[in-house]
Amino acid sequence: MALFALRHMDSDRDITLGELFRGFLKIGLLGFGGVAPIARHVIVEDRAWLTEKEYATVLGMGKVLPGANVVNAAVMIGDRFRGRLGALACVLGVMLMPLVVLMAVATVYARYADSPGVNAALAGAGAAVAGMVMGTGLKMARNLRPSRTALLIGALAIVLIGVLSLPLVPVVVALAPLALLLTWLAGRRKAAR
Amino acid sequence: MTDSLLWQLARTFGAVSMIAIGGANAVVPAIRHEVVDVLRWMDDATFMHLFAIAQAAPGPNVLVASLIGWHMAGFAGLMVATLAMVAPPCLLAWALGRWMTGVSGTAGFRLAQDALVPLAVGLIIASGLDMARASYAGLSTVAITAGAAAWIFFTRINPIWPLAAAAVAGWLLR
Repeated sequence: MALFALRHMDSDRDITLGELFRGFLKIGLLGFGGVAPIARHVIVEDRAWLTEKEYATVLGMGKVLPGANVVNAAVMIGDRFRGRLGALACVLGVMLMPLVVLMAVATVYARYADSPGVNAALAGAGAAVAGMVMGTGLKMARNLRPSRTALLIGALAIVLIGVLSLPLVPVVVALAPLALLLTWLAGRRKAAR
Repeated sequence: MTDSLLWQLARTFGAVSMIAIGGANAVVPAIRHEVVDVLRWMDDATFMHLFAIAQAAPGPNVLVASLIGWHMAGFAGLMVATLAMVAPPCLLAWALGRWMTGVSGTAGFRLAQDALVPLAVGLIIASGLDMARASYAGLSTVAITAGAAAWIFFTRINPIWPLAAAAVAGWLLR
């Protein structure tokens, strides 16, 4: 198997194409308003396919690449466990139900779009998704037991994007080399001691 | 006519897909410019309407392309637009994943991982803050946001439940 081994890939369990497909089917179906919380729930907690750090790495790569995060993660995770077919199974899994639901929603939406009840429910769900995304990030931060350097890098990202609302691409272009430099310096300081 | 429309869908979303860093939300203005101003496929109101539907449906936010494809050319349009939006980044992710296999044990990879993982986690929290601001509509939304964050942070139970509860609460509190 051609896998991108992150840390302990030698302990790969046999994960079938069907399991991969069904896992990502669940992510796609339940990922209302953004799939990040449910994706982490399925991949790290429910199916335990990846550790927290592996998942954060895959997600980090997915964020830097163009395209939807979770689709990029699906490609990398599927390829890791089952090669090209696995990647295909994961992408089909994550896209299938949303496309079906999308066509259904588009058909009935016109009738309910002006209903105050539907809009209030969507507003409530939107507020919940925001909290779920924050909770997911905070939980990942806790489980990764960050060093002081890592905390500083994360805090910079939160302030620049989350508080000051600067545009994503320039911030990432500026922060990524800075993060590498800070981490490298911290490693050297530790080695010197 | 239909052929050239499908080709236009493929070209438009294929190009947009490669600059959609951080997902489709980053390129919503670019998509709007292309389909409303340049191609004149629809007016602003129709675009916003389609965007709202894509937001309401589950799944990754690249679905806005699928919906525009469906709106323009039915099922074939949906398939072409979805493929154009998803396939190029997938190939890139696949190649990058393979490349990471080769370098994963090295000191350089560990350094990159240690540096970029906290950046990615910070960006997740930041996007949550951003979404919280966008969905803010008084104290009840703050309570819902905080409650959902606590649910995720303290439990391992399926996150669909706080979402459903919040939708019901929003409906009851209207």
